[in-house]
Amino acid sequence: MIDYNKVLSKTAIEMKPSGIRKFFDIAQSIDDIISLGVGEPDFKTPWKIREAAISSLKLGRTVYTANAGLMELREEISKYFKRTIGMTYSPVDEIVVTVGGSEAIDISIRTIVEPGDEVLIVEPCFVCYAPIVSLSGGIPVSIETKAENEFRLTPDELREKITDKTKLLILPYPNNPTGAIMEKSDLEAIAEVLRETDIMVISDEIYSELTYSGKHCSIAQIDGMRERTVVINGFSKSFAMTGWRLGFMAGPKEVIKHSLKLHQYAIMSSPTTSQYAAIVALQSCEKDIQMMRDEYNMRRRYIVDAFNKLGLDCFTPQGAFYVFPCIKSTGMTSDEFCEKLVYSKKVAVVPGTAFGKCGEGFIRVSYAYSINHLKEAVKRIGEFLEEIKNN
Amino acid sequence: MDSLIKLLKTNARLTDAELAVMLGKTEKEIADDIKKLENDGVIQGYSAIIDESVIDSNSVYALIELKVTPQSQSGFDEIAKEISQYDEVESVRLMSGGYDISVAVTGGNIRDVSQFVSQKLAAIDAVQSTATHFVLKSYKNNGIIINSSETDERGLVSP
Ligand SMILES: Cc1ncc(COP(=O)(O)O)c(C=O)c1O
Repeated sequence: MIDYNKVLSKTAIEMKPSGIRKFFDIAQSIDDIISLGVGEPDFKTPWKIREAAISSLKLGRTVYTANAGLMELREEISKYFKRTIGMTYSPVDEIVVTVGGSEAIDISIRTIVEPGDEVLIVEPCFVCYAPIVSLSGGIPVSIETKAENEFRLTPDELREKITDKTKLLILPYPNNPTGAIMEKSDLEAIAEVLRETDIMVISDEIYSELTYSGKHCSIAQIDGMRERTVVINGFSKSFAMTGWRLGFMAGPKEVIKHSLKLHQYAIMSSPTTSQYAAIVALQSCEKDIQMMRDEYNMRRRYIVDAFNKLGLDCFTPQGAFYVFPCIKSTGMTSDEFCEKLVYSKKVAVVPGTAFGKCGEGFIRVSYAYSINHLKEAVKRIGEFLEEIKNN
Repeated sequence: MDSLIKLLKTNARLTDAELAVMLGKTEKEIADDIKKLENDGVIQGYSAIIDESVIDSNSVYALIELKVTPQSQSGFDEIAKEISQYDEVESVRLMSGGYDISVAVTGGNIRDVSQFVSQKLAAIDAVQSTATHFVLKSYKNNGIIINSSETDERGLVSP
């Protein structure tokens, strides 16, 4: 018998499965669950976009594209950056079309991080950054943000974690799981700390279109930051295109040049059908995005109000489609709360700890659901809170 | 106002308090807005969307096209109003194009509807001809997708 522990990569073996995955397995084992656990839109991809994909297939467009993606799509992405964050990225050598924001995160980290480098990861956050940093031999260093700062990164928290080995900061706003955003003034304060250093920034802006107060601001817009920032975005959340697996990254050409090699060797080119669809998404779906944003916004107001009424403190998130209520008043840990809730009321929410240690005492609730679904879930959570109070 | 209309259109049973939270307004503002929409005639009424075939599987829904001779004084109005009087008639509309008045009839079975058309509608003097279309299946009604068997394909818990 082969001893796989000897033959397989230690890094792979030691990599922890995501806390979301673990909870998914529990939820899966129970019938008739109502979930508030997903991180993807409930809307179908707008029909125009689906039609463009079908039409590209009818025309037989089934071969690889250029490694960096269809030129026409990169031109649309370039215009998109211009119109949304006012930044100029050349479609020729500063943009790569990737397999979701996920691949963009992967190859941008690998492009920057060497063994021994420290990478600052702002938590709570999406689950993939630290494992990918470890794959490159880098050392993930958590920066814990706090509810009293609305989970924004403060310059002091950042300064405290910087050492001679710090290579990279991963900035995930609008944030999954908290729904926090960073406004221009917040980003300016962060830029102030970084400008005199050699620290690079990966800014994961996959939820940029889902910003509910004012316009999304990217750290790349702040003076002196463009040269040290890789911006990541994609189609999954804003265009309701999770299954199409399409995202993109942009940055200085000296960086993108090397990321493109990683993309070329690992992927060749991103899915062709999805790329044709994405051109239409960027050209003519602003109304659809607006419609979805309005709808999320309504649900956001509803759910924040509902949790606060239930006595679970919930700061008002300004981005993404999550709320992050505090459950400390119940005396339970996040894990206990979520497990008891799912077993007794069949409602699935995700423990805050799946997104970093500082998520303890919180749960992530997604509002990518219809109002009726949210109402039913809130009702059950209310019953649950009553029951534990009386026990 | 648009988002208020949109919300009420899909669910008229949301309370003023719920609407106020969702739209970021006060309950009083919502009540005033709704009052205004009602007074201006934008909101004509509130009704449940009923699938009659669940109550009685023989019940049918029919759309009837009428060609009508307009009257010298009132044009089509008088006849349209007359047709509107019948209980089984759900909607009456004046149309452009190949025929004049569209009548939607609901509630009865095929015989009931046939009798209604031949004995009531066709009997009106000004009605020149009728064409009755029975609805075989409804997929969407009043903006609501009927009896959608679509399930949520998303994983129960995901990134
Ligand atoms: C913060 C964040 N970044 C990136 C992703 C990856 O998205 P995709 O690979 O579908 O573009 C997600 C998905 O949940 C996310 O929440």
